[in-house]
Amino acid sequence: MEWETVIGLEIHTQLLTKSKIFSGAATAFGAPPNTQACLVDLGYPGVLPVLNQEAVRMAVKFGLAIGATIAQHSVFARKNYFYPDLPKGYQISQYELPVVSRGSVEIELEDGASKRIGITRAHLEEDAGKSLHEGFEGVSGIDLNRAGTPLLEIVSEPDLRSAREAVAYMKKIHTLVRYLGICDGNMQEGSFRCDANVSLRRKGDSKLGTRAELKNINSFHFVEKAITYEIGRQAEVLESGGQVVQETRLYDSKKNETRSMRSKEEANDYRYFPDPDLLPLEIAPAFIAAVRETLPELPDAKRQRFAEQYGLSGYDAGLLTASRELADYYEAVVKAVGGEPKACANWVMGELAAALNRGNQDIAASPVSAAALAGLIKRVLDNTVSGKLAKEVFEAMWAGEGEADAVIAGRGLTQITDSSAIEKVIDEVMAANPEQLAAYRAGKDKLFAFFVGQVMKASKGKANPQQVNALLKRKLAG
Amino acid sequence: MHTPTLAELARDLKARKISSEELTRGYLARIERFNPELNAWITVLREPALAEARAADARLAKGDAGALAGVPIAHKDIFCTAGVKTSCGSKMLDNFVAPYDAHIVTRLKQAGTVLLGKTNMDEFAMGSSNETSFYGPVKNPWDRVRVPGGSSGGSAAAVAARLAPAATGTDTGGSIRQPAALTGLTGIKPTYGRVSRYGMIAFASSLDQAGVITYTAEDAALLLSVIAGFDARDSTSVDRPVPDYTAALQQPLKGLRIGVPREFFDAGLDARVGQAVQAALSIYKKLGARVQDISLPNFGLSVPTYYVVAPAEASSNLSRFDGVRYGHRCENPVDLLDLYTRSRGEGFGAEVKRRIMTGTYVLSAGYYDAYYLKAQKTRALIRRDFLEAFENVDLIMGPTTPTPAFKLGEKTEDPVTMYLNDIYANGVNLAGLPGLSVPMGFVDGLPVGLQIIGNYFDEARMLAAAHQYQRETDWHRQIPKGFE
Repeated sequence: MEWETVIGLEIHTQLLTKSKIFSGAATAFGAPPNTQACLVDLGYPGVLPVLNQEAVRMAVKFGLAIGATIAQHSVFARKNYFYPDLPKGYQISQYELPVVSRGSVEIELEDGASKRIGITRAHLEEDAGKSLHEGFEGVSGIDLNRAGTPLLEIVSEPDLRSAREAVAYMKKIHTLVRYLGICDGNMQEGSFRCDANVSLRRKGDSKLGTRAELKNINSFHFVEKAITYEIGRQAEVLESGGQVVQETRLYDSKKNETRSMRSKEEANDYRYFPDPDLLPLEIAPAFIAAVRETLPELPDAKRQRFAEQYGLSGYDAGLLTASRELADYYEAVVKAVGGEPKACANWVMGELAAALNRGNQDIAASPVSAAALAGLIKRVLDNTVSGKLAKEVFEAMWAGEGEADAVIAGRGLTQITDSSAIEKVIDEVMAANPEQLAAYRAGKDKLFAFFVGQVMKASKGKANPQQVNALLKRKLAG
Repeated sequence: MHTPTLAELARDLKARKISSEELTRGYLARIERFNPELNAWITVLREPALAEARAADARLAKGDAGALAGVPIAHKDIFCTAGVKTSCGSKMLDNFVAPYDAHIVTRLKQAGTVLLGKTNMDEFAMGSSNETSFYGPVKNPWDRVRVPGGSSGGSAAAVAARLAPAATGTDTGGSIRQPAALTGLTGIKPTYGRVSRYGMIAFASSLDQAGVITYTAEDAALLLSVIAGFDARDSTSVDRPVPDYTAALQQPLKGLRIGVPREFFDAGLDARVGQAVQAALSIYKKLGARVQDISLPNFGLSVPTYYVVAPAEASSNLSRFDGVRYGHRCENPVDLLDLYTRSRGEGFGAEVKRRIMTGTYVLSAGYYDAYYLKAQKTRALIRRDFLEAFENVDLIMGPTTPTPAFKLGEKTEDPVTMYLNDIYANGVNLAGLPGLSVPMGFVDGLPVGLQIIGNYFDEARMLAAAHQYQRETDWHRQIPKGFE
């Protein structure tokens, strides 16, 4: 039987507001437990929520970036359930009338084609606190620092057809929210989280199969693995004549499996109703227009511009625009070099990216600034230093030895381009290797590389390789 | 004996005819003497009150005191008061000391009032007789075998027995107006949004409104001027200027159009209460008002609508009382479910549980449309009726309650009969309108109240109507026997 996979994602993004969505408490991550929770976050008797307008602005920004409808009238509702990390016994969310609806993004498929993924809605809500189980005996700890942190929950249409597509979509949203400056995208800290609804249906069927909701998949890697596992599990159930149960399943990354958390029957009846403590959210067209003015160049547009303006491949342009900071860095390098966008791209995607990856560092924290890197690239372009030695210069710059010129001078890495000097080295190498010379001259062409190596070694890598090639050819010929 | 009103006390304090300490001691002595019998107070703040009084006297001596400097008052125990137990009449919060002041507590403190203590109330403001309180029922000073009304029963009994010159209250479905009527006092529930709900423990958020219980409309005007006004901490608070309610008391009534809803004079109304309303209306006619018959066709929907909307909101509002962070927690919970069920099972009384269950039911999947959604629609009809009536009249008047105070225990077995005591009050909350009750006579020696309903933010006109009626009558000056 051929099965078609149908996936929809619910992505929770923590918005980068300074204070919480309904209180004045700070949202910074990592503070000691319960030090960033005020009486409103703690759900004290008599306290009331007041909406943070900055969270609204960010939601509208996202809505505009995905070409969605911004509701002029939306409603906050209470989602009622008991849990120790939910102080009020309800979460303030949006239910029937979300602030953002009907948008879309384009993802690129493996074959290079692009696919439109619908976004059903994006709504504002408050995050819950955290239950802490480690380090407690017989009890659980509750940390309410996170309680009330603003979330934008982005719900996709069931348009995704594979784990790969799901990851591509998730990455797309990840890039977009960081471009917009509305979420830091930090998945370890839980600022960007994802649940996946996965179902299978017979190829050709229009009716959706029964879905399972996968929770707790907080990295791109795990999303792919969890969905892949789940597809396999459901296919097995269906192939053996069984039926998929509608349920919530938890992904266990250690065992790489999903397991049942609760079935539909055990699911909470959340008893949503409009929160009487908050007035409906009214958004004026002028507010939307003002937010539109603040939209940055979006990833797709930037990528297209990079490809056109800098003559880069779509792939390279995609890599360089993966984050706004990287794109800005690249453009700063090109500007400082004064052109040569391809050489600049190679350096940014090559040495720089590798160094950042090694140290798991963010581009913002790069010890080599765009101007410094441009300084090095210029020295390669004007033949002051060879491409090979330039890598050594880069490492030295990375280690904090200073600008390119200082490193080149300090380490004596200036390229030798004086023909007579190179010829002198060649003469010495030929004199030191009479047997090889004879063999070469007898027709053993492969020995040319040996001579190049010897010359480069003797010049400590500083001889200009093109010149070495040309001069060697002539001299070896006799 | 003449009981000084709040306005008179404020004047005498300003004129240094009396000291706040002397006055406060006087009230504390009366509380000590009468409260054991009435049970109107949950907390009496003897020493703190005297300290506040002395501080007020010092400021009065310097001449830089606030409008109500040195005037003793009482707060219903639903308002959070920093450092003071705030129980909401419930075992659930018997151990709860509020870490902050409610908005109106702050405002009244800034005006210089002295807080005598916190008054008894129906548990979480759910009741019409003050019999659901964890701290026991409050007795009506007019007849101690009768209820003072509820849920602000402690505030009403305390003021009626002259244990405080005024008290705050809250009104979700009549909880200020009904006890004021049953104890011979003036009580006002302002327009929804006129007074901030910040720090007032929520019962039904879309209906709750803070107000005051006083001897006179003038006193109510004085206090309302202090507590009314925008507060950014309550999103439903309305940013609109507060008029000078005291100055407006003199507004002439000539030409005032009073509408009397014929639906209020139904079979449930004690005929003698109806006669008292007619007598009051004849005074208004004498003052130059025009009285006309009006109709509120959907009046009959107000009690059923109220008992869907209010419990629905309450079921959610009371979820925070889970034994986790504050309030009652059961002994030795074995697991989370046990912690929840026993803490809540032990902490809440029967009426609160009844409303939580009703509210949970009407919001449940499969019932939401039939109950909650339908109630929102009938609520809109009730509101529309009032608005249409206000196209032709300035104020609406009728009885506050169908009967005078009933006996303790008389209605506790039948919640619906109890609920019907607020039949004329519920609709006003559903519409978000301001409502006021003034004493309009006695039936069987028990006070009854005239309800004055105004258009949105028309408290000034209502207070003027009440004030000028009180200049013509002395019902509000009557003191229950034994409390002179």
